[in-house]
Amino acid sequence: MTPSRIRLWAAGTAGVLLVLAALLVAITAGVAIGEMTIPMKTTAAAVTNRLGLTDIAVPRIQEAVIWDYRLSRSLVAAFCGAGLALSGAILQSLLRNPLAEPYVLGISAGASTGAVSVMLLGFGAGAISLSAGAFAGALLAFAFVVMLASGRQTADRTILAGVAASQLFNALTSYIVSTSANAEQARSVMFWLLGSFAGVRWPDVALAASVVSIGLIVCIWHSRALDAFTFGEDAARSLGIAVQRVRVVLLLVTALMTATMVSMVGAIGFVGLVIPHAARFIVGPGHMRLLPACALVGALFMVVADIVSRIIIAPQVLPIGVVTALVGVPFFSVILYRARRVA
Amino acid sequence: MTLAANAVRWLAGRKVIVDGVSVSVEPGQTLGLIGPNGSGKSSLIRLLAGLRAPAEGDVLLDNRKIAGFGRRELARRVAVVEQHSMTEANVTVLDVVKLGRTPHRSALSPWTGADDEIVEDALVRVGLTDRRDQFWHTLSGGERQRVQLARALAQSPSVLILDEPTNHLDIQHQIDILRLVEDLSVTTVVAIHDLNLAARFCDRIAVLSEGKLITCGTPTEILTEQMIADVFGVEAHVSTSAHHGRLHIQFLM
Repeated sequence: MTPSRIRLWAAGTAGVLLVLAALLVAITAGVAIGEMTIPMKTTAAAVTNRLGLTDIAVPRIQEAVIWDYRLSRSLVAAFCGAGLALSGAILQSLLRNPLAEPYVLGISAGASTGAVSVMLLGFGAGAISLSAGAFAGALLAFAFVVMLASGRQTADRTILAGVAASQLFNALTSYIVSTSANAEQARSVMFWLLGSFAGVRWPDVALAASVVSIGLIVCIWHSRALDAFTFGEDAARSLGIAVQRVRVVLLLVTALMTATMVSMVGAIGFVGLVIPHAARFIVGPGHMRLLPACALVGALFMVVADIVSRIIIAPQVLPIGVVTALVGVPFFSVILYRARRVA
Repeated sequence: MTLAANAVRWLAGRKVIVDGVSVSVEPGQTLGLIGPNGSGKSSLIRLLAGLRAPAEGDVLLDNRKIAGFGRRELARRVAVVEQHSMTEANVTVLDVVKLGRTPHRSALSPWTGADDEIVEDALVRVGLTDRRDQFWHTLSGGERQRVQLARALAQSPSVLILDEPTNHLDIQHQIDILRLVEDLSVTTVVAIHDLNLAARFCDRIAVLSEGKLITCGTPTEILTEQMIADVFGVEAHVSTSAHHGRLHIQFLM
């Protein structure tokens, strides 16, 4: 390796460690902060106790709050942020559109419709889960967008198709909710449409962790192929990329990650849009470094956003989608403003 | 390598775009494709490059059907430069040229010193060594085409296919690009609009009109006043240039 490349690797490794450390701190803070304030030391003790490393006395109730409620919540937030940011990065590269992300393309809306159909209309008669319904909805929305935007895939056509999909599926969701839900169900659906980490438990952590890990591995495996898409599909094909297969695999992985997240915590916008752009500013457009960076920064962002949602109007909890939009939009404006000067 | 199309036919929907065309290029030679707009030049280029599959007929690389090549296998032999390459990504000159190594590397194989040398050679060839860190979107049209040519060279191809590479360029940059291509020892197919440039830089020329091959041969055989009148509908005077000894075409306007 040349000295310059060694320096690059060193800088990269240092960056990864720094973000990982920040992520750990944020998750610990996420566990410590809440209605019941729990000291960091107690948090650490509760975790190491569970892992069988220590045996420090921790009050039962605090341990229960840490273990059954807040830690699982923070971990799901982390995986959710990682998955959504990753999905956004993949869609932006594959569709060659800086505005592409699951929320904008209506995939989140489709997943919501699918989940609500299962929840309220009883589709599948209990045989299929909420996640399966959300997944089916996400795929349906995806197919809808791809079909509408097929042929000459220009940037604006894809986005317009996404707008149509969002409108259609949001309308369907509203229709189902207003015709089929009682007041209590309607309330629970509402909080869910704006996103919320309340109510996530350990099984959710396991699902989110496995889906995002598999997604990350598949995406990184295709990072060279994604680089080759820089100048479009024909250019990628002439560089030896199996364009059709790569597209199908990556779009499916994106739909899977999005659908899983939406079925668990609702539709959360702006993470998939903002984080990949921020990550590109830090590590550049090469996917081998961009994709892991997106996952890490997305995780960190979402954990912090979750903390903010809990303390900003405590003891009430803001929907997480409100926080991501409130943080995301100004941030995105800055990116657009700076891009204006570059281009 | 020898590249040949054998009675290839290609349709867009029901419309016949390329209609039973047979052409071939010998190793190291340059074949020019000329013809009016919409004559099927770009489509034939895509068929020859293996980017589209012909509805009928075959494209052969050293007498082997390219349909039988794997994607990467083909990309290690045939490189393509498009008319107009566009991207929103914030890539540098070096990033783009390095893309040329894609077909030579598996999904996770590391970048090697040999890759570095090939990329460096390509940059030297097109004279962009000192611009390697410049961003793509700050380059002029001519520079962008030189970067794409360097990327194609980094593929270490035996066949280079160019689709109107000098479109949108001023005359200096047109000559610049074609000189670079001329100096390469690879088999070349180039779609080109300017008949004088075609006469100057091509060993053989194929004339297309409405998807059909009209004629194919050396510039002197092909570029006649009669052909130009028939295919392009323009009156011309063809003479031999006292300067470079090649044909010189003047349009009588």
